[in-house]
Amino acid sequence: MSKSDLHGRKVICHDMCLRDGMHAKKEQISVEQMRSFAEAMERAGVPMIQVTHGAGLGGNSLQHGFALHSNEEYWDAVAPVLSNTVMSVLLIPGLGTMDELRVAHAHGVGSVHVATHSTEADTSPQHIACGRELGMDTSGFLMMAHLNTASGLAEEAKKMESYGAQTVYVTDSAGYMLPEDVTEYVGALRDTLDDATEIGFHGHNNLGMGIANSIAAVRAGASRIDCSVAGLGAGAGNTPLEAFVAVCDRMGVETGCDMFALMDMAEELVFPMMDHIVRIDRSSLTLGYAGVYSTFLLHANRLGEKYGIPPRDILLELGRKKMIGGQEDMIEDTALSMLKERGDQSAA
Amino acid sequence: MCNFGLMWRLIMSHGAHSLGGRYRAWHHKGNDRETLVSKIKCVLIGSGNIGTDLLYKLKRSDVLDPVWMVGIDPDSEGLARARDMGLKTTDEGVDGVLPHLVADGIQIAFDATSAYVHKENSDKMNAHGVFMVDLTPAAVGPLCVPPVNLDDLSETMNVNMISCAGQATIPIVYGVSRVQGVEYAEIIASLASLSIGPGTRANLDEFTYTTSSAVCEIGGAKKGKALCIINPAEPPMIMRNTIYCLTEGEPDQAKITASLMEMIEKVQQYVPGYRLVNGPVFEGNKVGVFMEVAGLGDYLPTYAGNLDIMTAAAARTAEMYAEKILSGELTLVAEAI
Repeated sequence: MSKSDLHGRKVICHDMCLRDGMHAKKEQISVEQMRSFAEAMERAGVPMIQVTHGAGLGGNSLQHGFALHSNEEYWDAVAPVLSNTVMSVLLIPGLGTMDELRVAHAHGVGSVHVATHSTEADTSPQHIACGRELGMDTSGFLMMAHLNTASGLAEEAKKMESYGAQTVYVTDSAGYMLPEDVTEYVGALRDTLDDATEIGFHGHNNLGMGIANSIAAVRAGASRIDCSVAGLGAGAGNTPLEAFVAVCDRMGVETGCDMFALMDMAEELVFPMMDHIVRIDRSSLTLGYAGVYSTFLLHANRLGEKYGIPPRDILLELGRKKMIGGQEDMIEDTALSMLKERGDQSAA
Repeated sequence: MCNFGLMWRLIMSHGAHSLGGRYRAWHHKGNDRETLVSKIKCVLIGSGNIGTDLLYKLKRSDVLDPVWMVGIDPDSEGLARARDMGLKTTDEGVDGVLPHLVADGIQIAFDATSAYVHKENSDKMNAHGVFMVDLTPAAVGPLCVPPVNLDDLSETMNVNMISCAGQATIPIVYGVSRVQGVEYAEIIASLASLSIGPGTRANLDEFTYTTSSAVCEIGGAKKGKALCIINPAEPPMIMRNTIYCLTEGEPDQAKITASLMEMIEKVQQYVPGYRLVNGPVFEGNKVGVFMEVAGLGDYLPTYAGNLDIMTAAAARTAEMYAEKILSGELTLVAEAI
């Protein structure tokens, strides 16, 4: 087989198990589990891991669920076992605040994803500037990227760069994008942003495209890829880190991660603690197909059961109504409205 | 919370009399007020979405007369509309209107700029004996949600309208807390992207802090949290608000429902598009209420109910003060400018 065109490229893998994975665990990961995961990832040479409530700073709420422990307790458990691995957080303005970012920094967090919807970058200037002032590695994170055009997303990315973001992410929150979309979107950012600004890609595996999309992103110029061991994350999960590292090894892309250690971690630590096997099932596949925020999955499953409506129907309706990340309250509202409509129809 | 500067005073009583100071703004005696003035003159500071929508509300008022609009951008659409509607305008910020306040008899100011500059704007207005209604999340003065605490506001020269989300959700939190203790209340506001101007976007933390604290202070919850989502869907989504309350003990469903319906009717008196979509949903000790706010379509189309609920609340609050000024119950005083 011929040598890959990506041979010799360097990629920073950023693990999401202990943040996006919190969604898949209904925010119920213990500090002991966090610590053992972090130790394993430090040993495996994973350069960055994200550690917070699934919705990031400020996430503890009725809307997003209350985690087993506070973010501070998680960071304090994880920080002592890390030496080379950097701990990061997610911060969505409107939910998390700069005060919470300062607290995170004081607890040993060195990096932040400042996240906005793909069209709303201008809600992030204060928070990105705050990350930079604290000396943190600061990324802009444009969620639900498929709901903007490639050129539109590049404009938003340019804004985040102007606020101080050192990396800007194309974030496929719905696992909706296909490899050619990723090539187009990452390429548009690469053409627009300064050479010194890195580009990241965060995928979900709802259409089974996690790895193919991540490789397409690298080929188009991305140097940071969000993954999670065993894919532990919202929806059908994130790009599985151990598999991504294996593919990178085959292509000669340098990740610095120990593939065998990550395989073992997936098998011995992550799978045994899953509440449900994170996989492409009819609900998560519907997310990817209809372009719905991956975190809606478990809420739709629960409310579908409560109100006797197939979760798939609820998810399709949420996609039709163009609900975005953070609107989890609209899942119950939508279910209730559907129930009324169906009641009206059966009565008529 | 009251922001009493040392250099000026406010008297709130029938028949306020002579006060120290170089300039006394207005003093009307009961009977002749009709002949002197029938409306209180106002200045709008800020020519963005909120300021412009407010202009339409004030134009319809029986007791308020908007005469000035202040902006900082000569090409502002808001200033152009204000000029078309016969207002005087300046694009030089607050300092551009200060020399005209006395001559034009301005007594009430509305600040729809940003939390960062509000304090300075307010001090300048108050120094001229002008009462300030604050539509930024600065929260310098007491917080006001008209159907909850308008009648309780007392001596102040600055009143704060919290945020659009606060105006839309606090009546519901209060509707629960007045009949049963609320351990925790959480509000989620979803707003159409087109309805959110640059000031709000750049200052989401202030929005979050001010709204959260008002959920407790005015809503009556022991703990509170506010979340805000900006949705760019086309066509734009109507403002949605979800309110969750955790009650102390099992919720009294009948009492809470009746109380909520009464609060919703009160808000509808000044925001007709305030509507219960789903709920109240009771689950354990959690009460969930799903609301929407359609606007009147004054400045932005009806999806921007967030503008209406804020500006209608501000106008209603100002009208209460205007009526007190007109009746002589309230005299605004400037001192030692």
